[in-house]
Amino acid sequence: MSEARRADRAPGDEHADGREVADGLRGYLVGLLLAGFITAVSFFIAGTSLVWQPSIPIALFVLAIGQMGVHLVFFLHLTTGDDNANNILALAFGVLIVLLLIVGSLWIMTHLNHNMMPMDRLMPMQR
Amino acid sequence: MSGSVVGNEHLSDHAARDLASKRIIVGYGFWIFLLSDIVMFSAFFAAYAVLAGETAGGPSGHDLFDLTNVAIETVCLLLSSFTCGVASIGSRAHNAAMYYGGMAATFLFGATFLLLEIHEFVGMLEEGAGPTRSAFLSAFFTLVGCHGLHVTLGLLWLLTMMAQVFAKGFRADILRRVLCFSLFWHTLDIIWVALFTVVYLMGAGG
Repeated sequence: MSEARRADRAPGDEHADGREVADGLRGYLVGLLLAGFITAVSFFIAGTSLVWQPSIPIALFVLAIGQMGVHLVFFLHLTTGDDNANNILALAFGVLIVLLLIVGSLWIMTHLNHNMMPMDRLMPMQR
Repeated sequence: MSGSVVGNEHLSDHAARDLASKRIIVGYGFWIFLLSDIVMFSAFFAAYAVLAGETAGGPSGHDLFDLTNVAIETVCLLLSSFTCGVASIGSRAHNAAMYYGGMAATFLFGATFLLLEIHEFVGMLEEGAGPTRSAFLSAFFTLVGCHGLHVTLGLLWLLTMMAQVFAKGFRADILRRVLCFSLFWHTLDIIWVALFTVVYLMGAGG
């Protein structure tokens, strides 16, 4: 959209023209191909015996995080542009909370499991 | 953001660039909601991760999960994300064929996903592997069921947006609702990525 046409519009009224449609479609297509490729690799790795077995969960984690990144950039259009700074900051805060919740829960619960008396000895004591 | 009130005829290029468009502000607000939804899901994920091994002698993920079914579900949801993107471009271009076609395809893929998931749940219930069988299955049904519930609500919202555009046309306020819907739908796909990785791929391998 040219600068002159942009100035003519009220904020919020954004009408995409032919070039923007083509650009947008290309973006979604690239995202679809990338995400499809990463998904295929994930499903392949989960069932294969080709790679060292203990590395599989880590590989799956990395692929999942990569695919989420692809979705964020190509589908949700999270960019480093000026009008996106707030979205990125909110996302960073959200990721912080998610990590605290998941890592914190796992950490605490493993320790509790580790420190708890075995069930067969605990049950008689509760009578 | 510029605080001064400027008459429309005096709205210079500079001021027009300083004002964040309503579309961006609405998108930001809805993004905050989606992040809170993601935080809620992360609590269910944490519960699932803690309880994944507590099968109480019942079936584990290795016995229950059918990865072919999950692969088909994943493809459905991924394609529906793409067609949802096509529909949102169509709405911004005021292209009715592109919008309705994209939305209809999104609905079909989403509904297929939901049917496959319900089919899987019914199969598990018939095997006696319902949510009451073990802590693992309670966490599983809560997490996957919550995502399925979101997809169900998303499908209802999708039909509402098709009806609204049909009745009111490509108005700016309707287009902002379409934007929110597409953000919601893409976020469901992101949650599904975490879900099929953590629950199905890791569960079936273990």
